[in-house]
Amino acid sequence: MSAILIIEQILNGLQFGVMLFLMAAGLTLIFGVMGLINLAHGSFYMVGAFAAAAVAGVTGSFLLALIAALIVAALAGAMVEMVVIRRLYASDHLDQVLATFALILIFSEGTRWIFGSFPLYLNTPATLSGPVTLPGGIQYPLYRLALIAVGLAVWGGLWWLIERTRIGIQIRAGENDREMIAALGIDISRLYTLIFALGAALAGLAGALVGTIQSVQVGMGEPVLILAFVCIVIGGIGSIKGAFIGAILVGLTSTLGGIFLPELFKVFTDPATAQAAGASLASMSIYILMSLVLIWRPTGLFGARA
Amino acid sequence: MIAERWLNLAVLAGLLGVAVWARIADQPFTITLTTRAVILALAAVGLNIALGLGGLVSLGHAVFFGLGGYAMGILAFHVQTYTPLEIGPISIAGSTSMPVIWLTAIALSSLAALGIGLLSLRTSGAYFIMITLAFGQMFYYFAISWNRYGGEDGLSIYVRNGFPGLNTLIPFQFFGICFALLCLVLLIGDRLARSPFGLALNAARQVPVRVETVGLSPFRLKLVAFVISGAVTGLAGALFADLNRFVSPTMFSWQLSGELIVLVILGGVGRLIGPVVGAVLFVALEHLLGGLTDHWHVFLGLILLVIVLFARGGIVGLLSRRRLGDG
Amino acid sequence: MNKLLTCAAALALCAGAASAEIKVGMITTLSGGGASLGIDARDGFMLALEQSGRDDIEVIIEDDQQKPDIAVQLSDKMIQSERVDVMTGIIWSNLAMAVVPGAVNQGVFYLSVNAGPSQLAGPGCHENYFNVAWQNDNLHEAAGAWANQTGYSNSFMLAPNYPAGHDALTGYKRLYEGESAGEIFTELGQTDYAAEIAQIRASGADSVYFFLPGGMGISFLKQYADSGVDIPVIGPAFSFDQAILQAVGDAALGVVNTSQWSKDIDNPTNAAFVESFEEKYGRLPSLYASQGFDTANLLISALETAEPSDADAFRAALKAADFDSTRGEFSFGANHHPVQTIYAREVVKEGDIYTNKIIGTAIENHADAYVGECSM
Repeated sequence: MSAILIIEQILNGLQFGVMLFLMAAGLTLIFGVMGLINLAHGSFYMVGAFAAAAVAGVTGSFLLALIAALIVAALAGAMVEMVVIRRLYASDHLDQVLATFALILIFSEGTRWIFGSFPLYLNTPATLSGPVTLPGGIQYPLYRLALIAVGLAVWGGLWWLIERTRIGIQIRAGENDREMIAALGIDISRLYTLIFALGAALAGLAGALVGTIQSVQVGMGEPVLILAFVCIVIGGIGSIKGAFIGAILVGLTSTLGGIFLPELFKVFTDPATAQAAGASLASMSIYILMSLVLIWRPTGLFGARA
Repeated sequence: MIAERWLNLAVLAGLLGVAVWARIADQPFTITLTTRAVILALAAVGLNIALGLGGLVSLGHAVFFGLGGYAMGILAFHVQTYTPLEIGPISIAGSTSMPVIWLTAIALSSLAALGIGLLSLRTSGAYFIMITLAFGQMFYYFAISWNRYGGEDGLSIYVRNGFPGLNTLIPFQFFGICFALLCLVLLIGDRLARSPFGLALNAARQVPVRVETVGLSPFRLKLVAFVISGAVTGLAGALFADLNRFVSPTMFSWQLSGELIVLVILGGVGRLIGPVVGAVLFVALEHLLGGLTDHWHVFLGLILLVIVLFARGGIVGLLSRRRLGDG
Repeated sequence: MNKLLTCAAALALCAGAASAEIKVGMITTLSGGGASLGIDARDGFMLALEQSGRDDIEVIIEDDQQKPDIAVQLSDKMIQSERVDVMTGIIWSNLAMAVVPGAVNQGVFYLSVNAGPSQLAGPGCHENYFNVAWQNDNLHEAAGAWANQTGYSNSFMLAPNYPAGHDALTGYKRLYEGESAGEIFTELGQTDYAAEIAQIRASGADSVYFFLPGGMGISFLKQYADSGVDIPVIGPAFSFDQAILQAVGDAALGVVNTSQWSKDIDNPTNAAFVESFEEKYGRLPSLYASQGFDTANLLISALETAEPSDADAFRAALKAADFDSTRGEFSFGANHHPVQTIYAREVVKEGDIYTNKIIGTAIENHADAYVGECSM
């Protein structure tokens, strides 16, 4: 196995990781500030992808498609927060699980009702398609490099938002003491709607960006949702830094595990068995990683409280 | 408002009544549907022991449901194919007898619950939800690639397993077996909740510190509850596999764990009969709405949403005024 | 429906009206991620029924949500309550394995529109089970044969890690005579193939064979085209039906795939089918639609000569397969699976629509590999 291949696989893992981060960031913010487990976060991912595909189909512009994904997902998020989620802050996790589970059903089947059962078309813009040659002779798709750049930019933007702005101060205050910021005269319900919409917009952006190189179809959000949960749990719920590190860990483990585990097994057994057994273990690897982290640190790597 | 005890009896009598009516009216499918509700209810009653009594929100109960299913599938598969089941030096012929299968299912799922509980109970809250989910996913992916027993295709068992003295192929008799087991487990669950163990567990859920000061370990209490809960759900898994004469990795899927939670909340968390009501309602909705429109998920979602927003404490909470925690 | 149930309960009273009715139970996938296949099969089936003008065939359609336990439940309902004569519709092999053995053992006829697991073609074959589509390995075997014809000698192979995926690679290698440049089993439902594509790039293969049904195939083809790897790709038709092609777009152009049906197979039945399907549903038919259409026509042809109540005569009529198939010649082998010609097609763009065009014959009059294990 050559060094070039290994570097390429690390890039792939990184790209997968930063896209997971876009999903995980919203989830962790919503949980950290509002204490809400949002199973419907994957629906915003799907909504973003469908909005992008619809707009790209009409206008042919990829940029407009991304903007549409952000706006539509943010609106959907704000609406869901105001109609349903707002009534759930006081309830326990169980009611939240049931309500957001119900939202998944409504979003998925509603999307199918509008767009039909067939997958939609959404493709990379001409300017970003095709491979580029990196130093060392590595051929790598330009679009995936762009995804890594966008992911890192969002991470930087979120860091700036939380550490350097007024809203950031409110968010951090909300994570530490909810009664306190209400007492300080901050309009807490507006803050909550804002955070929820922000989280939904990031998920929608991820859906549009990833949907471009995958398939835009109903139900695309749930597998990503589970992975995003794994990321924030590994990192520690509520921590943006934790979500980022968790996402990168999951991205790398999942990508590299799928490549190296079968190779490793080939040392012990025949190639066919090694391939199958390695692939099975690779599927389980991120869940094994998560359980190990939780057994070692029951509140994740950077989690303050349960 | 109705006293909860009468409500419990009315629900069980209603279930039995539907099955008897279907038997008389010669509607075998209605019996099958009722049996499905009873088995899902049993699984949810199991979950409710961890969830309602112990406050343990497990999103991994499909592990036990699936293990129960595979206990049935594997034992019956070896009889069906005339190949002995070899575990190390031991070789057994498999089994098509329900009691043997049930005991195996209970043993396997208790063992798994013990292992998973020991590791997971170190965490709490959302972390507990996620670590149980992680174990569920591990079992799911393992089952998918376990080609010896069908992998993703699952295992088909052509003839339903037998129970001494009964003909389980007759839908009504199989219903009877499942219904009797459900009643038995409900009775045990009721006793459990009133026993010193149940009271201590209830206290451990609400004020862990108080339990510790009297010398009990909340960790152990919760672990025991988790194991009992897993065992009951495992038993339900074995019955479910026998109902369908089929097992597959979907029994391990996180969606199934989610559905079990939905059944419990729908009926009412911590109520004895809550999971039963939830399961009956869910199966009925699935059947009735599915007949009306292809897009029935939208309406199911809306109904669930209305229940969670306006009927706190689930259906049983709505019908019975007794508050939880009053004893 | 209630009226029918009453009829069934009081059989003696409405025997006169009920005896002419043929009841067909269709369990197929109409919701969830795999719905487009079930919808196409159903639409093809119903189109043929409508064209036959027979109003004595009642079709009861139910959605299995692609869940085996739901499918078993629906099958119990159709057999026990609706008392259907014939069942059909299941798309997925794991659902077929859950339903078919039980159904045929209860005396119902089962006509498969799609799923063709090897167990049902080999040791588990049954006199009441007919497969109108294929045995699952057929298209993979044809792809292997096509690779030989094209002169490929070093294939990289890719499939999901589940039984159908393992069967796919076994099927491909059964006729393929070249070397293996690598074999990968991916995770079921995987959506990102960057890692696998990097391995393909590094492998030095001269061809890539992949079996990734549904959304997995869409993702793979888009990412493959974007990666700049230009090793030619072959696949079975599952990743190249009409719905999927429109979602993949340009990335699929020029890719070769194997199929027993194509919309440009030159015979009058097929031409009329493509035209009427497009007219009725406003989209081009997929191969699943053609399989549904053929299944209904097989059923109708058998009903011309016998009633399902006379099981032996009806079985013989089905076995004769005396109908005009969209595929041209059609006949059953000893295990009631098709003996058929499989074509190689290339993805082309006609106007704004992506579709397939036949470029050659991959394998002629091909029977499946399991027929010898069937004791029928």
